[in-house]
Amino acid sequence: MAVLVGNHTKLIVQGITGREGLFHAEGSLEYGTQVVGGVTPGKGGTEIEGFKVWNTVKEAVQESGANATMIFVPPVGAADAILEALDAGIELIVCITEGIPVLDMVKVKRVLPDYPKSRLIGPNCPGIITPGSAKIGIMPGRIHKAGHVGVVSRSGTLTYEAVGQLTALGIGQSTCIGIGGDPVNGTSHIDALKLFNEDPDTHAVIMIGEIGGSAEEDAAAWVKANMKKPVVAFIAGQTAPPGRRMGHAGAIISGGKGTAEEKMKALTAAGITVVQSPADMGRAMAERLGIKA
Amino acid sequence: MNIHEYQAKELLRLYKVATPNGRVAQDAEDARMITKEYGGKSVVKAQIHAGGRGKGGGVKFASDPDKAAEIFKAMLGMNLVTKQTGAEGRKVHTVFISDPVDIDRELYLAFLVDRVTSRVTLMASTEGGVEIEEVAEKTPEKILKVTVDPALGLTGFQARQIAFGLGLQGDSFKKGVTFLLNLYRLFTEKDCSMVEVNPLVITKQGDVIALDAKIGFDDNGLFRHPDVMAMRDLNEEASEETEASKFNLNFIKLDGTIGCMVNGAGLAMGTMDIIKYHGGSPANFLDVGGGATEDAVKNAFRIILQDKAVKAVLVNIFGGIMRCDIVAGGIVKAAKEIGISVPVVVRLEGTNVEEGKQILADSGYNLIVANDLRDAAEKVVAAAK
Repeated sequence: MAVLVGNHTKLIVQGITGREGLFHAEGSLEYGTQVVGGVTPGKGGTEIEGFKVWNTVKEAVQESGANATMIFVPPVGAADAILEALDAGIELIVCITEGIPVLDMVKVKRVLPDYPKSRLIGPNCPGIITPGSAKIGIMPGRIHKAGHVGVVSRSGTLTYEAVGQLTALGIGQSTCIGIGGDPVNGTSHIDALKLFNEDPDTHAVIMIGEIGGSAEEDAAAWVKANMKKPVVAFIAGQTAPPGRRMGHAGAIISGGKGTAEEKMKALTAAGITVVQSPADMGRAMAERLGIKA
Repeated sequence: MNIHEYQAKELLRLYKVATPNGRVAQDAEDARMITKEYGGKSVVKAQIHAGGRGKGGGVKFASDPDKAAEIFKAMLGMNLVTKQTGAEGRKVHTVFISDPVDIDRELYLAFLVDRVTSRVTLMASTEGGVEIEEVAEKTPEKILKVTVDPALGLTGFQARQIAFGLGLQGDSFKKGVTFLLNLYRLFTEKDCSMVEVNPLVITKQGDVIALDAKIGFDDNGLFRHPDVMAMRDLNEEASEETEASKFNLNFIKLDGTIGCMVNGAGLAMGTMDIIKYHGGSPANFLDVGGGATEDAVKNAFRIILQDKAVKAVLVNIFGGIMRCDIVAGGIVKAAKEIGISVPVVVRLEGTNVEEGKQILADSGYNLIVANDLRDAAEKVVAAAK
């Protein structure tokens, strides 16, 4: 099973004629995802490396039955690309683009509830993968292994780190979701935890957060009240100075709020195994699952 | 990105948000002339990005034009230490002369992007001149808040709600509502992340004026605003950080001894954390970007090694799709061109990892190869001791 993405996924790539868009369209196809084509306004009717190109998402959906999109449109047009995908009825919208103005995302977030059948992942994220089945994103497929641990994370490379550790211990993953490092995004930690909680194929979850905002504290409260499965967590930025933006637009301690310490405390109080070192994520999961590492 | 008070006030004027008369003085004589123009009295204000200027001696009242010139001379070039600058302080390059106003009441006002609601929030308080965090802690009931629907913008009734809440009356009330609506327009049109007016002043004449203003911009929105980008002041940034930004590297200087070069912001933070966990201290945060090209690696190396406090370097690249032999090649090339004087621990992960390790081992440089994250942290902490 796993969540959101799998054999049923029919993917288009918005911005497929760009270097990154094409490269990762091919990467997703190689991993086994059904990539049915892409969209670049003005290049409709052409083909690129065997992928059909449409002018609009609506046309792409009508002709190909696409139900998922991966967005590589540059920041200036990325929010608009998300809106276009919503309007075309795409169910799973994965926005990889980094650097979208936050006020553009505020507008997108405003209309998301008008499209209850659609889900947005990202922006500024590595995407989503169900190992052995399909991937929508830029993550390296080969480090993954099919299995039963769900991973949700605000950081790309730190997700790879967690997955690498799990796979090295022989522990597979059900689905890995990169929710992105921006302050205003689509799917939250809680949304992902809910999906994993309901998925019979997911037996435990690794959650990777970072400084800034209160999404991890909210997730902690939700886990305490609802989660039936073990959760292991790591919070990046324990040594980050306050008031500085640590690479991700959302990773900032402001007004003394959003510190790693507060988040780790809230997560621990919710019964989550919180590791201090990012090297211990896999091992802590093995312990929670009763697997000898 | 942040800008100076005098720049913020230029923007406010552009949006018809009232601020006191004021301008930058070019020299002591200019400070004297401006003060004369303002009726013989002025407020002389040091322009640095950090807050807490008043208490640090960066804001002074001049009772006559000569006094203004005297203060100007002392202030320009001084090293201003406030609680936000750290002990090293910040050099004053610009001095602003402001027309004093007759203050009746001091209020607080801010627009910001609230992450919880994913919308712009307007916050106001009758407790002006003090820090809002302090008010939030001690008397949270004194903070007024409205959340702005992005499809509607700040509405008239919301602006009135805040103006009434602040106790504004008559002419001041009308001016206050206009003030709020114009300031919201500035916030959204210029892609701000925060606009703080503290204090917002009601003068004895009933005017509503931004006595001080701090504006922060969303870095992701800057491409739409070349006028704002032109306000960037490189004097306010650490020189290494300015240099790093030229190469699209995310760099933040810290006070430890272990230089870090990592791809991805989360892993970069995680690498700092694991160094601390094993008893070391990071000298910087550095994200070479998800891609980490050969050039990025080379420039990152150079910037890290400029810091004399660095006793060892940890390179942590989880290449993912990148090929490790290429990254390893970039590291060796960087070592050759720049020359490395401290131990460098390299942890590589990605495609062709074995070939990558071999290239490092064969290079003849003092490159310590680590097998995983823990191994890397232990080795670099030991090397820095």
